[in-house]
Amino acid sequence: MKQFIAFVKKEFRHIMRDNRTLLIILGMPVVEILLFGFAINMEVQDIRVAFYDPTPDAFTTGIAERIRQNPYFNHQGNMYSMDEMNASMRKGELDLAVVFPQNFQESLVHSGEAAVQLLSNSSDPNRGSISTTYASAIIAKFQQEQIDLRQIPFQIQTENRMIYNPLMKSSYMFVPGIMGLVLMIICTIMTSVSIVREKERGTMEVLLASPLKQGTMIFAKTIPYMIISFVDFLIILILSYFILGVPVNGNLLLLFLIALIYIILTLTYGLTVSTLVDKQVNAVIVSAITAMIPVLMLSGMIFPVDNMPRVLQAFSSIIPARWFIEAVRKVMIQGQGFLMIGKELFIMIGMTLFLLGITIAKTKKRLD
Amino acid sequence: MKTLKYLIEKEFKQMFRNPLIPRLIVLFPTMVLLVFPWAVSFEVKNIKIDVVDHSKSVYSKRLTDKIAASHYFNLNDTPPDYRTAMMNMETGETDMILEIPASFDRDVVKARTSGVGVAVNAVNGTQGLLGSNYIMQIANDFSSDLRDELMHTVPPQSRASLMRLPKIEIIPQYKFNPKLDYKNFMIPGFMVLLLTIICGILPALNIVMEKENGTINQINVTPISKINFILAKLIPYWVVGIVVMIISISVTYLIYGLWPAGSAIAVLFSAIVFIISVSGLGIIISNNSETMQQASFLVMFFILILVLLGGMFTPVSSMPTWAQLIATINPFNYLTETFRMLYLNGSTLADVSGNLFVLALIAIVLNSWAILSYKKRG
Repeated sequence: MKQFIAFVKKEFRHIMRDNRTLLIILGMPVVEILLFGFAINMEVQDIRVAFYDPTPDAFTTGIAERIRQNPYFNHQGNMYSMDEMNASMRKGELDLAVVFPQNFQESLVHSGEAAVQLLSNSSDPNRGSISTTYASAIIAKFQQEQIDLRQIPFQIQTENRMIYNPLMKSSYMFVPGIMGLVLMIICTIMTSVSIVREKERGTMEVLLASPLKQGTMIFAKTIPYMIISFVDFLIILILSYFILGVPVNGNLLLLFLIALIYIILTLTYGLTVSTLVDKQVNAVIVSAITAMIPVLMLSGMIFPVDNMPRVLQAFSSIIPARWFIEAVRKVMIQGQGFLMIGKELFIMIGMTLFLLGITIAKTKKRLD
Repeated sequence: MKTLKYLIEKEFKQMFRNPLIPRLIVLFPTMVLLVFPWAVSFEVKNIKIDVVDHSKSVYSKRLTDKIAASHYFNLNDTPPDYRTAMMNMETGETDMILEIPASFDRDVVKARTSGVGVAVNAVNGTQGLLGSNYIMQIANDFSSDLRDELMHTVPPQSRASLMRLPKIEIIPQYKFNPKLDYKNFMIPGFMVLLLTIICGILPALNIVMEKENGTINQINVTPISKINFILAKLIPYWVVGIVVMIISISVTYLIYGLWPAGSAIAVLFSAIVFIISVSGLGIIISNNSETMQQASFLVMFFILILVLLGGMFTPVSSMPTWAQLIATINPFNYLTETFRMLYLNGSTLADVSGNLFVLALIAIVLNSWAILSYKKRG
């Protein structure tokens, strides 16, 4: 035990001596949670709109006026030909074009029917469909006002309640994801690169000759990293709570438990990577790629897992960050208790044991 | 010039001595483009819904069936009370709860108006908003069905005026991506992501590796100029980037049938300008790091910022002003926009020339900085 503590102390000194790396490891999450927490926003705003209205009348100018004044829209001016509008859209200067037919009011009053065309730049499908929805809602409201609000019979009103996130803030969704991503990257690169570095320089051999058991030694090596990563988690949590205004509705200790298990899991993954490669460059490439891309795409951080094809849903369940993010959302935002996140914790612990098994098997082989 | 040639040859030899690198260049882009575009979609479908039906009437049954039949929703359960439904939401079994009041059918027929309650899990704000909009649409459809069936119960004089309601028809047209296919939108983004990762990480590790191995001292005592040294470091990564780009364009065409409607030359050309920028950024990081660990943290830090603030996942226009300012110097943002315009909008080289100009400016600044920040010392 004494030996063990001495070893942990030695590793700590090693890390503390390198001020610059320490600054990067502790500073990186601060900058990233602040940047991404405020900037990543799914809401569709600033829709650049233009009108094509060959024969302006009271109705068309009324509709145009209403769209212009809506805060989601940003009026770009009027277009005088369809060619002009198509060119502007191709150049990416326009998101939505409202095209009125000739004699709009006349046909609406006389035949009771008139059509408005909404051309949306849908290269971004989300933006395209949502800007169409917004404009349609404004036009529908205008129409209702025109028909002097006669009571239309047989209406079913819906009364909506947004549970867990009444203000619909994007940060509620993204903060747990950013936590999962940043911790994954830091923990994996930190362990894999530093252990492979010792292998590269030959200092690992010296350590292996020490009387300490190999398993104990590796364990001692990861303890300082565990503490640093946990400090990182605390920093992110404090900033999210006080600056981004993301609530902590559940038990704080439970949140710490989730974080601790996730940190151990990602550190173990770093260890596994370090047994698979023998160059620092490769350790960086493997950790960076496997820690970043799958987390961004498949963990549910940005894209909901439920919308993915079945095969990819299965693939996403082997990504540690998915379970961390789910558990953090449940405890932090939805305020749920231990029983509700049993599954996530169980899976993360299982993954840790599995990776530990691989690591031990690989290490033994190398020694033989 | 001759020195440069030899130096480049040395760099290439060193690069390919590591068997992981050729695999990274060929297999990584292929895998990413094959697998991940299928995962990325904001399209909201199969929302799990619980219906709490206190009315248990013909009309409430019809509304429930209409929701269950819609492809937006999957009916998860019909629990007896709201509390049970709420428990289902807590465990994540359901995303939405529709509560139909006991007086639903009476209200519809007698009072001619009725209300239902909708509760939605809004942790994912967009999904919550769209889900409740879909319910509203279905309720509206159902109302108009009822109006057709029950119109005979309305007094004749108001019936006549109801039939004459003026109607504005809205014809949506989704330009450049009529099927609203998310893959088409994301694939150009994936290409930029691949270039950023490969041409950012590799140069960032290069010079710092020479520092750790001590070989940089050998270079420092030779009469090789700063410019030649850095150019020799950079040029191999430019070649790697171009190869990655050619593989990406081919895979995209073969698998998804996606080809730049504007101009393929413009795609390649803008990619080259971008590759030069990010590899310059990589060299700057390498010059300023002492260990490979530092370099790898720094390069990941910058890559995350480039990507997450670069408009690939969330639109730049919904970011706050300061973040939009960052986006004006973010090469990732310019190339993603350019690729999307060339691939989807059918823009021409002239249409994207403004973006290319800024990209070129960023490339010049970053690469001059890369050369200046290399300190040749003993």
